[in-house]
Amino acid sequence: MFSRDRWDEILEALNANKVRTFLTAFGVAWGIFILVVLLALTNGLKNGVLKDFGDFATNSMFMWTQGTSKPYKGLPKGRYFNYKIDDVAAIKSQVPNLKYVSPRNQLGGFRGANNVIRGTKTGAFEIYGDYPEYIKQQPMDILQGRFISYSDIEAKRKICVVGTGVVKGLYDKNEDVLGTYIKINGVNFLVVGTFKMSNSQGDGEQEASTIYIPFTTFGQAFNRGENVGWMAITAVDGVPITSVKAQIFDLMKSRHKVHPEDDRAIGHFDLSEQFARISGLFSILTIVGYFVGILVLASGIIGINNIMLIVVKERTKEIGVRRALGATPWMIKGQILHESLVLTILSGMVGVSFAALVIWGLNAILDNAGPVENFANPSVSMQVVFVALIILIVSGLLAGLIPANRATKMKPVDALRIE
Amino acid sequence: MIQIKDLHKSYHMGSNSLHVLKGINFDVKEGELVSIMGSSGSGKSTLLNILGMLDEADEGQYILDDVPIKKLNEKIAAKYRNEFLGFIFQSFNLINYKSALDNVSMPLYYKGIKRKERTERAMHYLEKVGLGDWSHHLPSELSGGQKQRVAIARALASDPKVLLADEPTGALDTKTSYEVMELIQGINDEGKTILVVTHEHDIAQMTKRIVNLKDGLIIDDSKVEQIRASQHV
Repeated sequence: MFSRDRWDEILEALNANKVRTFLTAFGVAWGIFILVVLLALTNGLKNGVLKDFGDFATNSMFMWTQGTSKPYKGLPKGRYFNYKIDDVAAIKSQVPNLKYVSPRNQLGGFRGANNVIRGTKTGAFEIYGDYPEYIKQQPMDILQGRFISYSDIEAKRKICVVGTGVVKGLYDKNEDVLGTYIKINGVNFLVVGTFKMSNSQGDGEQEASTIYIPFTTFGQAFNRGENVGWMAITAVDGVPITSVKAQIFDLMKSRHKVHPEDDRAIGHFDLSEQFARISGLFSILTIVGYFVGILVLASGIIGINNIMLIVVKERTKEIGVRRALGATPWMIKGQILHESLVLTILSGMVGVSFAALVIWGLNAILDNAGPVENFANPSVSMQVVFVALIILIVSGLLAGLIPANRATKMKPVDALRIE
Repeated sequence: MIQIKDLHKSYHMGSNSLHVLKGINFDVKEGELVSIMGSSGSGKSTLLNILGMLDEADEGQYILDDVPIKKLNEKIAAKYRNEFLGFIFQSFNLINYKSALDNVSMPLYYKGIKRKERTERAMHYLEKVGLGDWSHHLPSELSGGQKQRVAIARALASDPKVLLADEPTGALDTKTSYEVMELIQGINDEGKTILVVTHEHDIAQMTKRIVNLKDGLIIDDSKVEQIRASQHV
């Protein structure tokens, strides 16, 4: 079907009326252009909003304690309590389908006072006590050295892993960081590693000005004992954290003598729920994008259909001649279908290329002008391009079908008679 | 070569029925050059269309080269047209965006012949009609006579059994008409069977046999002394 002769025939036929071919092609190119650009913009919006989530494992929640709101077992309401390190082991053993349970403690924070000293330099940084799993929930790149290890936890070693902002604040340029000591709230810590957030967006500076130390060391050095500030809990893939969090809350309530119906005593933030809500919104937006894009494309396709009908009508006599010379109806149909297919796919590819150019331009502008709120990296996946291609092929065939049938419906003698 | 028995054909237009062919009987032997004459409406074009399998008879028998032509589907009809018949039209019916050479090679394309051989054979026939130098010209760059000669080359290209010419000189001036007829006579001399529909007596006189049609019936069928077109040129 796709012999060179056929190609020659098609190119000749398309060349015979260049302006019309161009205008028809434009309809389809425009349609596919709109489709791709629309999807890219949706994607850009989605990227922009979802980047607020960073790349923290999304199937996670954070859980902390608040004052109780109901008296229970002789204890008054308004009582404050703390999670203990044993709670972590209890959650891990009694609640199934959890991937990571990281207890955390924090020192310093937003606009905190200077709390870290090195020689003559000082700085205000956020200090977190963490377990080694934390790096799996919050991915980060270790630039030098290592992250916290279990032997650090067990030996309560006074070591720390510092962000690039800390290095910038406390060290001279090109100074060796590993093996030096910094003093956090009066306690000396050995620097064993530096990190940067893998995909830092937005909160880059805050994240870079972070110091991680072993959780156990934190408790001992800063007088927290067994207390846990809050927990970051991630469920295994395929089990939404939202579905298991009630179990965790019940366990915590029973362990801390909290009234089973006292929902205010335990505070939490469900990242997966938020994430699901927003990605749900964007799935709808993507569907809308497809819908509108395909409708615009459809008008282009109808244009091709129309033009092919006109072409067939104009060439009725030619088709009659061809049949007199021995063309079978299928050769004629094949030719018309092939023509519409070539026209659709070629113009579609032009549309896709043009859309790619526009998307590339948008990205270039975004890169130059700096980040825009809620919009980042508009792009489409190869999958979308592939889908567009399939749509084009199918619609090219559809657009050619009616004209192709029309072309061979007439008896050759009648076709030849037309002037 | 061609045997026709009791051929009937009518056209229906709304409630009106027009009986165009009312029982035609005639035979054409191999190598004949026959002209079919008649006033307009006599059914000569209809007869030619039926002979050319472009149209189908309502009744009667049509045998072409010992093959009965009856109730053909379009695919087989196309094959037979390609194999057995070459068409020459009054208005040439060349495809205007194709060069002379490509026009001539079209029947060969539909026959499924490879490009290289096709081009060679098409070129051979173009040279035969004296247009070798014009092979890459578009029809619009050719004169009427040249166009008809390209059309004749095209009709010859697939080496058919029978050439059917529908008023081949109808759109040409006398001088060019004779040139075209000279070419047709030359092809006939080589043994090709040719049927020419015409209403011009001088053209008919250049064939070997004249069949006269009137109101859908053959009123006269006689051999004539052929006048060579070359005498006029």
